[in-house]
Amino acid sequence: MALSPSGSPAARLCRCLPSLISSVVARLGHSLPALFSVAAALAAWEAYVRLSGISVLVLPAPSRVAEQIVVNRELLWTHTWPTLQATLVGFAFSLSVAFLLSVLIDFVPRLRRALFPVFVISQTLPLVAIAPLVVLWFGFGLTPKILLVALVTFFPMLVALVDGYESTDPDVSALLGSMGASRASIFRRARLPSAMPYFFAGLRISITYAVVAAIFAEYVGARAGLGIVILNAKNSFRPDLMLAAVVISSALTLTLFAATALLQRLALNWRHAGSKP
Amino acid sequence: MTALDIAHVGLTLGGTTVLDDVSLHVADGEFVSILGPSGCGKSSLFRLLTGALSADTGTIRVNGAALSGTSRAFAFMPQRDALMPWRRIIDNVLLGLEVQGMGRAQARARVLPLFAAFGLEGFEHHYPAQLSGGMRQRAALMRTFVQDRPIQLLDEPFGALDALTRAGMQRWLEHRWREARWTTVLVTHDVREALALSDRIYVLSPRPARVIAEFMTPWPRPRLGGPLPPEASRLEAELLDTLLTQTGDRP
Ligand SMILES: Nc1ncnc2c1ncn2[C@@H]1O[C@H](COP(=O)(O)OP(=O)(O)O)[C@@H](O)[C@H]1O
Ligand SMILES: [Mg+2]
Repeated sequence: MALSPSGSPAARLCRCLPSLISSVVARLGHSLPALFSVAAALAAWEAYVRLSGISVLVLPAPSRVAEQIVVNRELLWTHTWPTLQATLVGFAFSLSVAFLLSVLIDFVPRLRRALFPVFVISQTLPLVAIAPLVVLWFGFGLTPKILLVALVTFFPMLVALVDGYESTDPDVSALLGSMGASRASIFRRARLPSAMPYFFAGLRISITYAVVAAIFAEYVGARAGLGIVILNAKNSFRPDLMLAAVVISSALTLTLFAATALLQRLALNWRHAGSKP
Repeated sequence: MTALDIAHVGLTLGGTTVLDDVSLHVADGEFVSILGPSGCGKSSLFRLLTGALSADTGTIRVNGAALSGTSRAFAFMPQRDALMPWRRIIDNVLLGLEVQGMGRAQARARVLPLFAAFGLEGFEHHYPAQLSGGMRQRAALMRTFVQDRPIQLLDEPFGALDALTRAGMQRWLEHRWREARWTTVLVTHDVREALALSDRIYVLSPRPARVIAEFMTPWPRPRLGGPLPPEASRLEAELLDTLLTQTGDRP
């Protein structure tokens, strides 16, 4: 009998690959109706544009948008990277701070009462007003984008973690206590793992907010990024190029969303193990 | 020798008196059951022993020494199995050893040979959700016993099981106990279970809990699998009567 059920991450990935693939196939089967309705909407849009003869300066057809993506692929690609970078760096920053704070709050509950109101207020600030200020203070570089992404994603991640710790089964904590486990050991062995499903739920939602926040920050002022493409296209009356950039940003969001879902699948392996024998 | 001596212990929680002058003792190698109606304070008594609560009055002695935060005399099985869903069965079972500081590999090697005796062979690497209720309960019992503590505290270990699984588990525990002779305190509200497994039975009153009766149950083992001796049946009726009178549910 193998003594090590977990093994290296690579071995683990290999082991759950068949189930992953079958679940992806099943997922595709599930999403067939969705693909169908999206295709139908695009066809209707295309038909409307062709039949009504509406100007491309007002409503470009989907085919025109697709063509613009191909024609401007280099421009779009050069501007996708800064957006992706801002999203990932900002998100990583906010995640690290949220994690450290969540641990502190878990060990010193009084901190929660002191800090939560401040964070709630930070969530009430309208991004439209905050973004220009942050750009004004920090310039057109990466910093304001990172800060805005962090502002939008920090609180949901903190709440997910803190609520996750609180979801720990009190019987499990009592059990560990009876074994002589310290508070830190109970945190590591019970509270942190209990929070993981909450953490991943928060992660999936926050990553979509993060992309939107990054693009908005760029739109307000930056040297590069999809937000800049959208801004320039708007200023030169090019809705086709605007929509092309929108499609790319959606694709970016979906990719990141799928990546977090995959990560969750790997980390919460136990949730997907078969049911009773 | 007295392994556990609880004398005149009182406990008040949030203004409610939960335990009122509880005194009981458990000898080395003895199986003692505590019978009492739901909500009378049985789990609270265990929480005193595991250090989750401390008594307001009275003394608790373990092998002659006053109970302290570092006594580590008890292996505790909570009312629900409290298995960690993210750990495989083997890693759930070795939790106590891990907390004691033993390395994962060493702890695995130590618990692996015991799976057969607990009827869990072949399920070492399953997750708890993949096991039936009875198997989960056996895993939780195994997690308790492998800690090698002097005294086992079992809080209604079979309370959540269906009648058939429970009967099977009781037989299994009787069999295992006859081999191992763990010093055991079993909390239950199942009269027949207490009669079948114990050397001695304490009966607690409804909250605030006091010891209202103590019975010796010295019949030969195994007792399960056949009819109980006539004295046991008489005692069963008496115990039920005592409990029902206490809760005021007797017609
Ligand atoms: N923190 C608390 N504050 C007030 N009452 C409590 C608290 N914890 C438990 N109790 C009360 O103590 C009584 C005994 O609880 P418990 O020991 O769990 O009973 P049992 O295990 O016998 O069913 C219950 O009636 C419960 O309501
Ligand atoms: Mg109880």
